[in-house]
Amino acid sequence: MRIAVCVKQIPDPAAPYELDPETHFVVRPEDQVLDDTDRYGVEVALQLAEAAGDDASVTLVSMSPSGSLQGIRQALAMGADKAVIVDDASLRGADALTTSRVIAAAIGREGYDVVVAGTESTDGYTGVVPQQIAEVLGAPSLTFARKVEAVDGKIRIERQTQAGYDVVEAAPPVLLTVTSGAVEPRYPTFKGIMQAKQKPIDTLTCTDLGVTADNQQVITSVDPVPARQAGEIVEDEGEGHLRIVAMLEEAKVI
Amino acid sequence: MTDAPWRTVDRDYLSDEHRLLRRTAREFVAAEIAPHIEAWEEAGTFDRDLYKKAADVGILGAGYPEEYGGSGGDVWTQIVAWEEIARAGSGGVGASLGSIDIAIPPILAHGTEEQKRRFVPPLLAGEKIAALAITEPSGGSDVAALQTTAVRDGDDYVVNGSKTFITSGVRADLITTAVRTGGEGAHGISLLVIGGDADGLTRSEPLKKMGWLASDTAQLFFDDVRVPVADRIGEENEGFYAVMENFQMERLMLAIVAVITAEVGLEASLDYIGEREAFGRPLKGHQVIRHTLVDMATRLTAAKEYVYRVADRISRGEDQVTEISMAKLFATDTSDFVTDRAVQIFGGYGYMREYTVERLYRDSRILSIGGGTSEVMKEIVAKRIL
Ligand SMILES: Cc1cc2nc3c(=O)[nH]c(=O)nc-3n(C[C@H](O)[C@H](O)[C@H](O)COP(=O)(O)OP(=O)(O)OC[C@H]3O[C@@H](n4cnc5c(N)ncnc54)[C@H](O)[C@@H]3O)c2cc1C
Repeated sequence: MRIAVCVKQIPDPAAPYELDPETHFVVRPEDQVLDDTDRYGVEVALQLAEAAGDDASVTLVSMSPSGSLQGIRQALAMGADKAVIVDDASLRGADALTTSRVIAAAIGREGYDVVVAGTESTDGYTGVVPQQIAEVLGAPSLTFARKVEAVDGKIRIERQTQAGYDVVEAAPPVLLTVTSGAVEPRYPTFKGIMQAKQKPIDTLTCTDLGVTADNQQVITSVDPVPARQAGEIVEDEGEGHLRIVAMLEEAKVI
Repeated sequence: MTDAPWRTVDRDYLSDEHRLLRRTAREFVAAEIAPHIEAWEEAGTFDRDLYKKAADVGILGAGYPEEYGGSGGDVWTQIVAWEEIARAGSGGVGASLGSIDIAIPPILAHGTEEQKRRFVPPLLAGEKIAALAITEPSGGSDVAALQTTAVRDGDDYVVNGSKTFITSGVRADLITTAVRTGGEGAHGISLLVIGGDADGLTRSEPLKKMGWLASDTAQLFFDDVRVPVADRIGEENEGFYAVMENFQMERLMLAIVAVITAEVGLEASLDYIGEREAFGRPLKGHQVIRHTLVDMATRLTAAKEYVYRVADRISRGEDQVTEISMAKLFATDTSDFVTDRAVQIFGGYGYMREYTVERLYRDSRILSIGGGTSEVMKEIVAKRIL
């Protein structure tokens, strides 16, 4: 079973973000980390590969400036076999559709049975890339998995819904997205980290993949979230509840 | 705080790989240690399976060769691992989990291939617990005067005597023990690896300590304990040099622990002075407090710069006996100073068990005593520079 996992390197969420005032893109530091949501995808992929047996492989696919590749190495250290990075200057600030086309091309070039992705990235939050990749690849997508298993040659998931979950399945080739918390991601062991530096990382350009950046989306402006208004303190001299009821009515919650 | 001067010292020394190792160690601490510290400090010990878990993630094996079950890596691999353990803020957890690091280096440095294969893998796998027993009730600083005897009888030694203050002594399965096999003085000492289940070995109840509460510490009694000659590490009567050599890494690691203890104390204080108010303004607004924080930060940064520098030279194989002694002296003095000031800044809360600085203050105190006292460090330096 050939498993491709979409992973993204993002600026460390513990450090403050900066936006480029001209382009409104996140300024990417040299050192980026693996997006936390992707750790779940990597874990699901590793578990599927372990269940499938010896000749299963896990390949990371990422569109990302090469930089120090700390985040990619983190995922390799968890146990993935290799990584494919698409690094091309023309892709800076690529929109969701361009990103999906590029990643789909890289996955298609590698060959795959299962593609695993998180539900959305922690820095971009568009939440549409995985489904678009599936569309470009022409594969069914099983989304919002809270549980994943391979059964009778098919991938079966529990899809998280508002009411509970649906059980859905599809035969490979298939793409699935996993929710944060679906599995307990392993942390890379010391040995894993030290072995990771021997694992192959292929770097591709748009030319290698035969794709071109064709951004349809532009960020026209970015506004800060309005500061939260100070709350109102209701002094209770026996009548406090009336004021609270009135406030709740004003807010149309009762 | 990631750009603070004491937080940027490691930039000049660590590779990307070391930083990933640090990240794993930090995640391990957050998941497996931090949630249990209060309970373990109260219990005076920690769950035995922590050894196994720390082995599985590779922390126990950090810096040790893979052929004996280690994780590989270098001095910095070991440093990032144990720094993160220390940063959890319980010296006791680090001490007992880390007793392996004083017990096995003599085996790896002076043991036969057969001994290394027999003793080391189960320890690095976290299946067995290791301890180092040098100190005796009659004295610890003067190692050359130790009195526990090992008398040859056929293929065995018969060991009699007592060891005290032994970290992990309550539950150690393998004890690297310094004994007298020859005449008086440094030339009559050998190292034996003694099994925790040996007949005639008894242990005290856990010793009640000021700090390092989560670590088990015991006195050991040897009463006609038979130890096969095959379990002697190195040549007979040449153990003293192995003990002295072993002290070098122990002292470096204690200096590292001191630096991190100070760092945690400083950072807790920095947070606190922003929140706590006195006389109508945050503590941060009082000049005396501000200057105290600067003194703490300056001493810590200087200590860390120096300890890292010495570690770097060690990683390149240089002889650093004088420098390590100075580093331990300076770093442990710094951690005592910083943790003492931290308690002061926290006021009454600093004296309360639920505040980390209270524990740091108690845990710091041992660092200038264990692994060779500050006075012993000064004697070593004096001999070499005067
Ligand atoms: C929590 C804890 C854990 C420990 N873990 C271990 C362990 O795992 N294994 C182990 O073997 N030991 C261990 N020790 C023992 C520790 O190494 C000794 O306590 C230390 O070496 C000092 O020995 P001592 O206590 O016998 O003091 P002494 O040697 O009796 O010294 C008493 C005082 O005299 C000073 N002094 C001694 N000689 C001189 C001199 N020449 N000039 C000036 N001053 C001098 C000392 O600095 C000290 O202040 C541990 C101790 C503690 C408290």
